[in-house]
Amino acid sequence: MQPNRPMTRWQRFTDNDIVWSFLHSPGAMVAAVVTVVIILACTMAPLIAPFDPFDPAQISLWDGKLPPAWLEGGQPQYLLGTDNQGRDMLSTILYGGRLSIMVGLAAVCLGMVLGVTLGLVSGYVGGVTDAVIMRIADVQLTIPGILLAILINGIGRAVLPLELREEFAIYVVIIAIGLTDWPQFARVTRGATLVEANKEYVQAARIIGLPGWLILLRHILPNTLRPVLVIATIGLALAIIAEATLSFLGQGIPPTTPSLGTLIRVGNEYLFSGLWWITFFPAIALVVLVFAVNLLGDWMRDALNPKLR
Amino acid sequence: MLFFILKRLAQSVLVMAVVSAVSFSLFNFVGDPVNNMVGQDATREQRIEIRQQLGLDDPILTQYSRFIGNMVQGDFGLSYRIKRPVDELIFERLPATLELVFVSAIIALVVGIGLGIYTGIRRHAWASRAVLSVSLIGVSLPTFIIGIALIYIFAVHLRWLPSSGRSGTVDLGGWKTSLLSIDGWRAIILPAITLSLFQLTLILRLVRAEMLEVMQTDFIKFARARGLSERAIHFRHALRNTLVPVITIIGLNIGGLIAFSVITETVFQWPGTGLMFIQAVDFVDVPIMAAYLVFVALLFVIINLVVDILYFVVDPRIRLGN
Repeated sequence: MQPNRPMTRWQRFTDNDIVWSFLHSPGAMVAAVVTVVIILACTMAPLIAPFDPFDPAQISLWDGKLPPAWLEGGQPQYLLGTDNQGRDMLSTILYGGRLSIMVGLAAVCLGMVLGVTLGLVSGYVGGVTDAVIMRIADVQLTIPGILLAILINGIGRAVLPLELREEFAIYVVIIAIGLTDWPQFARVTRGATLVEANKEYVQAARIIGLPGWLILLRHILPNTLRPVLVIATIGLALAIIAEATLSFLGQGIPPTTPSLGTLIRVGNEYLFSGLWWITFFPAIALVVLVFAVNLLGDWMRDALNPKLR
Repeated sequence: MLFFILKRLAQSVLVMAVVSAVSFSLFNFVGDPVNNMVGQDATREQRIEIRQQLGLDDPILTQYSRFIGNMVQGDFGLSYRIKRPVDELIFERLPATLELVFVSAIIALVVGIGLGIYTGIRRHAWASRAVLSVSLIGVSLPTFIIGIALIYIFAVHLRWLPSSGRSGTVDLGGWKTSLLSIDGWRAIILPAITLSLFQLTLILRLVRAEMLEVMQTDFIKFARARGLSERAIHFRHALRNTLVPVITIIGLNIGGLIAFSVITETVFQWPGTGLMFIQAVDFVDVPIMAAYLVFVALLFVIINLVVDILYFVVDPRIRLGN
């Protein structure tokens, strides 16, 4: 870089420790590309999927249980074969992935908003509020997340009247996973808040008479976001797995609008008759997605915050 | 030390109080207990009578203290669905879960520590790299997918092992064990591997990281300078110093095994408490849900407490330091 020439916008963007670290770790770049491709492909499912799995006019039972196109008996229009109802596997996976990603993102957002808010308040206010919030977090962390998610989800379903259960299943799952997620965010945010709250800029803000919520929101919050971002990325992978697990156990997204987990559950019933592709492809999609997000989270943890083990 | 343990004990009691409050409220907020006990066509008088019998008209605190009293005695009432005492049902199914968790824990420990030592000592060998890459994938694989894959390979494709259920059990005075017959072992091996894999990768990575760190320290260099054999250095000096964090993780992992046994038991239709819990959730069988919740929380609290105490026992530095 020339010392005297003003930096172009691109140079300014790349002159940054995070970007530098990203451009120097091939694993992270591959993971990012894979993640972005999967997320884009799934969100644009209605545009790029060859069939609409929810449109009965496009499904024919005669085409059911066809193997992938490259195997004997496969048909070229069904690249990854068809499921028991004659739905194109590739299209169902794209639509299912869209639902899985949506639920995962929503759950992580819920957990993040809840956790960050409680963490900020806990760290800034201190005292009894802090003690109560952190004890609740401690108690919750003693029980494994997936168990808690199953339980909250089960209660949620039980509270709903029978006819609304399917319709609201997605929201119940999101709430169940989000509610199990928050203690991690709260802990990290609280820790960062404690550090920031004693710095001079916060004291300065306090002296000029800014209200507490404004200091928290405008001054402390932005400085706690780095570790939160790391937790959120790893949390996304966990949330996607949690959703898939709930759906696989038959406690999550109903088969009428299947997510990846539901697809694997349905396909699992056909495994013994040798129709492996009905389970295999959704499972691979899920694993690749989770693996890529995990790799990305691992890299972020090292790049953004070496201390956060 | 005493203070520390007392503090931990107080925390455990707090956890149990919260969990019991949650499971108590399950009875009250999820469904109507009277509806669950009588049929659709019960008369109004019958319902009122049952309400009074169950003490549902008492003040909430009275009900709660009665609940705690029963809970301490292991009495959670009758299952709504099977109409049998819940504690009986749990104890009936407990051996299946405990054996599964036990076998998985052994697999995870032996293989995890073994591979961890190997990859820690021979860090540049291609086998170490292969193990590490596979372990990274292992962390990303959801438990149920591992289970499905194993079933497909070993039960459907190769037909070596049964795909589900528990068989070949031997009755040992009420404890039905599957560890004493070949059929029993054939049935337990796939679910146990499935359940152990995730914990195995965690233990492997932890032991490896600790080994790498210890091998850099001065006392290992000194041991080398003394001309000790590699074997003595690795096992007598290095491994011992990696054990403290490993014990913590192992303790927490046994809890993790119990949690994930819910998933594994469902995949393999293993008749343990986890499968019972999932079925209870399906049918909103509140007594079983509540009992399982309390049971798991209790297990966790005990494990955490034991791990904390072990910490003191194993590491003299902690014992003397504070």
